[in-house]
Formats: sequence, C-alpha cells, structure tokens
Amino acid sequence: MKLDEAPVEVEPTEIRTGRQIRWTRRRDAFSRFWAQYRRSPFGMVGMIILIFFIGMAISSLFIDGSSLSKTAVTEESIAPCTFATLPCPPNANNPLGTDADGRSVLTLVIEGSRVSLIVGFTASVITMVIGALVGILAGYLGRTSDTLLMRTTDFFLVIPWLPLAIVLAAILGQNIFVLIAIIGFTSWPGTARLVRAQTLSVKEHSYVERSRALGATNGQVVSRHILPNVMPVIFANTILTVAIAILAESSLSFLGLGDPRRVTWGTMIDAAFDAGAISIGAWWWLLAPSLSIVLVVLAFTLCGYALDEIINPRIRER
Amino acid sequence: MGTQRYLVGKIGQALITLLFILTFNFFLFRILPGDPIRLLTKGAGQRLTPAEQQEMREELGVDKPVFPGQYVQYMGQTLRLDLGVSSIVAPGEDVTTVFFEKFPKTLFLVGTSTAASIAIGVILGIYGGWKRGQALDMSSMTGSLVLYSIPEFVLGIMLLLLFSGWLGLFPSGGFESATGDLTGADRLFDILNHAFLPWLTLTLAFIGEFYLVMRSSLLDVLGEEYISLARAKGLREKFVLRKHAVRNALLPTVTLIALSFGFVLGGAITVELVFSYPGVGLLSFEALEARDYALLQGTFLFFSIGVLVANLTADLLYAYIDPRVRTA
Repeated sequence: MKLDEAPVEVEPTEIRTGRQIRWTRRRDAFSRFWAQYRRSPFGMVGMIILIFFIGMAISSLFIDGSSLSKTAVTEESIAPCTFATLPCPPNANNPLGTDADGRSVLTLVIEGSRVSLIVGFTASVITMVIGALVGILAGYLGRTSDTLLMRTTDFFLVIPWLPLAIVLAAILGQNIFVLIAIIGFTSWPGTARLVRAQTLSVKEHSYVERSRALGATNGQVVSRHILPNVMPVIFANTILTVAIAILAESSLSFLGLGDPRRVTWGTMIDAAFDAGAISIGAWWWLLAPSLSIVLVVLAFTLCGYALDEIINPRIRER
Repeated sequence: MGTQRYLVGKIGQALITLLFILTFNFFLFRILPGDPIRLLTKGAGQRLTPAEQQEMREELGVDKPVFPGQYVQYMGQTLRLDLGVSSIVAPGEDVTTVFFEKFPKTLFLVGTSTAASIAIGVILGIYGGWKRGQALDMSSMTGSLVLYSIPEFVLGIMLLLLFSGWLGLFPSGGFESATGDLTGADRLFDILNHAFLPWLTLTLAFIGEFYLVMRSSLLDVLGEEYISLARAKGLREKFVLRKHAVRNALLPTVTLIALSFGFVLGGAITVELVFSYPGVGLLSFEALEARDYALLQGTFLFFSIGVLVANLTADLLYAYIDPRVRTA
C-alpha cells in the first residue's frame, strides 16, 4: 500500500480546498506510519537512544567553549587528582574522568556529539543526493546511460572504501568539510543501486505509461511519479547511511585524519590512543566516546531496519 | 558455450575495472600540490643539485607532459610491478618489495578471520531466518546489530583493554615476541598468541554483517512460491531448507560477501594499527603518517586489485553454484 494513496473520507456537506485534502492525507499517512513504527521494538529502542543523543548535541550548544581549552584546567577542576596524576579516573567532580590534559571527558563527549552527528547527517545528505540522482537517471533513462552510470557505480563499489578515503584525505588535507565531502562522495554507490532497482520497478507500473501517453514530459514523470515512490526507500536508506557516515568519520579520525581543531568522538579516541591510554589503563578516557559511537550507530541502524520493514512490504508480509 | 561467454565477459569486465583503477590511481596522485621531486625527497634529509634533480625528473618521467607521456610510462611500469621506491617508511626500497614482505601476515590474519566470520555468520543467519522471531534469532539479531555498530578499532581497543590490560592473557601487540630466541613450535605458538586478539576482533566485527545478509536473503527465498510448492509436496522441512532454500539464498550472499572484502581490508588497517600488527594495513598507515606518497599509492593499488580479484572470484563462484547465469 502506498503511503500517499489513502482513501480520503470527505463529508458531503464539507467543501475543502486541495491544500486541506493534501494535509488530511499527509496526516493520515503519518498516523498509519506511526502506528506501524510503534509496533517495532527495535525501532522504538533506536528512536529513544537517538532522541537522547540529539538532546545531548543540542545541549552542547550551551557549553562554554573555554571549558574545552587545555589552559582552563585548574587545580580545583581536576580535584581530587593533581596535575601529576592525570588522566584522572571518574570521580564526583568529573563523573567520566578527565583526559591527560585534565579536561572533563563528559564535556568532551557532549561537545563531540554535536560535531559527530553533524558530520554524519551532512555526509549522508551528499550520499543521498548523488545516489538518488545516479539511480533515478540510470533506471529511468535506461540503455547507454544506464550502462555507463552503473559501470561507474560498480567501479566505486569495488574500490576499497577506507584506503580510498585515506588517500583522498592525505591529498586534500585535514579539515571537517573535506572529511564530510570525502565520506559523502565515496558512499553513494549502494544508494544508487537501490534507487535504480526501485525506479525500474516503479517505471513498470501502468500509470507511468498512461501519463506518458497523455503527453507528460520526462521531467513530469520523474517528479510526479518516480520520485514520490522512490522517496521512502531513499529515506530509509539515508537513515542507514548516517550510521555508516558516523562510523566512517570515527575510523578516519582514529587514523589521525580528523580535523585537529574540532572535538569528535573519533578524534577523542585517537587522542587517547596516541597518548597511551591503553597501556596506562585509562579506560574511562576511551570508553565514553567509544560507547557513544556504538550507541548512535546502533540507534540509526535500528531505526533504519524498522523503517525498511514498513516501507518494503515484501518483508512485512511474512 | 554459455559458460565460456559468461567467463570471458566477467574477466573482460574485471580488466576494464582494472584499467579504471590504474587510471584513477595515476590521476589521483597527479592532483597532489607541489613538486613531485620535493615530495619524494621530503624527509629523506638530502639536498639535490639541479643536475641531480633533472636526472631524477627524467628517471621518474615527470619531465614529460602528464598525458600521454607520463600516463603511458606509468602504465608500463605498473604492469611490470614497478611502483617506484618508498621515500620515508623504507627509504630506497621498492614499493612492491616492501608490500609483499608484509602481505603474508595480513593475508593470514584477514583470510582466517574472514573465513571464520563467514562460516559463523552464514550458519547463524540460516538458523535465524529459518526460525524467525524465536529466541535464537532474536538474540543473534540483537548481537549482530550491536557488532555491526561497533567500529573495528573500537572493538579492538575494548578487547585489548580487557584481555591484555586487565586480564593479562594476551600480548598487547606486534607479530611475535621481540626477544627472537624462539624456534619451531614455540615460535609458532608465540605468533598465534600475538595474532589471536586482532584475529578475534576482525572475526567478531564481521559476523554481524554476514549474519544479517544471510538471514535476509533466506527470508527473501522463503517467501518464494517454489518453497510453498516443496512443502506442499510433503517434503521434510530440513530437506526443503537444505536443498531448496539455502542453496538459492546463498547466491546473493556470495556477491555481498565479495563486496564486503573492501570493508574487511579497511578494518584490517585500523585493527593492525590498534595491535601494531606489522601487516600491509599498518604499512599503509605508516605511509599515510609519513606522507610517503609512492608507498601510499602502491598500497592503495594493491588493495583495489585485491578487492577486484575477490569480486571476480565471487562472480565465477556464482556461475558454478547457479547454472542459470551461465546460460542467460
């Protein structure tokens, strides 16, 4: 069942404008969607974790930037530890302990949540746009364009992702925008394949053929029929790509390719690892950012799976 | 007839992709800012006279225009596996030599861990899909999603903290003990002891992925009509599963497993770094740190070819288990 083709009950006496009808339809579609989503325990767990981290990212806006500075560390802020005993394990003053500079790991993790999530979201928007464009064009135009676009997609699919990203980052420099661009421009092939498959199946519907027979242009067919039907798949896929993008950022940052001026969970782990946190047993310094990555990625993955089950009816029927 | 054409087609496609990769690799490193001679000699601590620079330019072929002169020369050299010399990580040594010195260690680590994670993931995936929604499926599904969500290096760090730091059961890294006085079985045990944690990390990291792929593939197949038919014929459930469902569900899985080799290699880079395991992953990290571009370019090329070969193998395997693609 298409989400936007709900039977609309119109009371005979009431005359409604097109806009009102559209809004009713959307509201109905959303409430039906929500009723289905609520039934998925995985999806609900994912959403709760996500809300928690989004709240954390928003609260990071209220962090006083100077508290992240190494020079702001004082004897009082690291008590009961001293400068000689850093990094400091968790205590009442610093519930998640401190790093080797005496900065609160909790503050760093909160600050990192914003940057990590922004990187994940923006990179996956790039992925989505390129993937959707390539997928729809390949599926809709067919023939030579299809072959050409899919060969390119396959090429990017075959190239090992991390080595490629490493090479690009080494060449282009370490900066958050470069990182976002690299992740976005290297992760679209999967989306493109998925969108192409969906486009091909939508194209087969008779209403597409009918609208073309009535004189619709390619642009109209794509925007009125293909795109609305492909959109849910793209959306579910994007949720999953956010997870992949956050994983990607953390891996690149761990390899020292992150933006040195910004705190992300990846750069935190990199700093802790480089400072020998493992050999001195400073588990708290590694645990908080690691657990954050795992939980956020898990949350996006859970939501993605739940959405996929609703959107892909073949799975639901069984 | 059909088989032959399929094989030739697949190998042809792989060759075209190889050509793409070579070209891509060539131009990627040509957009590097700066003078190639300066880049190559950076960090080597030597000052070259103008005459020496010119000589080096000619030797590297950078005195010619980028296209077609340098391109043709690069292709010719690459086909002879002449990938230039490392500048900083192993000054003066051939990139190919340096790479293949380390390669067996990574092949051993990645090969055995991938085999283990495929075996465990696929078998669990079959049970999970078959007994969908039951306790075993739900717990493996949850476990898989969690494992899938952990970056390899984070998993490695956690295992290192736990088994090496806290429990002291395994060495914290390296290929073997530094003393070097072990021989025979003792040395083998020492090497395996060092390899165990990185091996466990890679195995655990990829079980989840293979489980999810196999499970959803089996679920797809179980929805097909021929499964209902097989059941309607009164065939035993186990028989339906083995002969009808699993056989067909393996097909897309083979392709997806081949595609995931790129990720396994990526995982090897970070995991080798965590455990300072001296394979090609750590080598590429060292090349990255030192900006040893010839070595970086070389490792990237070999990684790409490795994944290409894995994909080609999967395509050929696919033809072997599914006769339809040969005749289509």
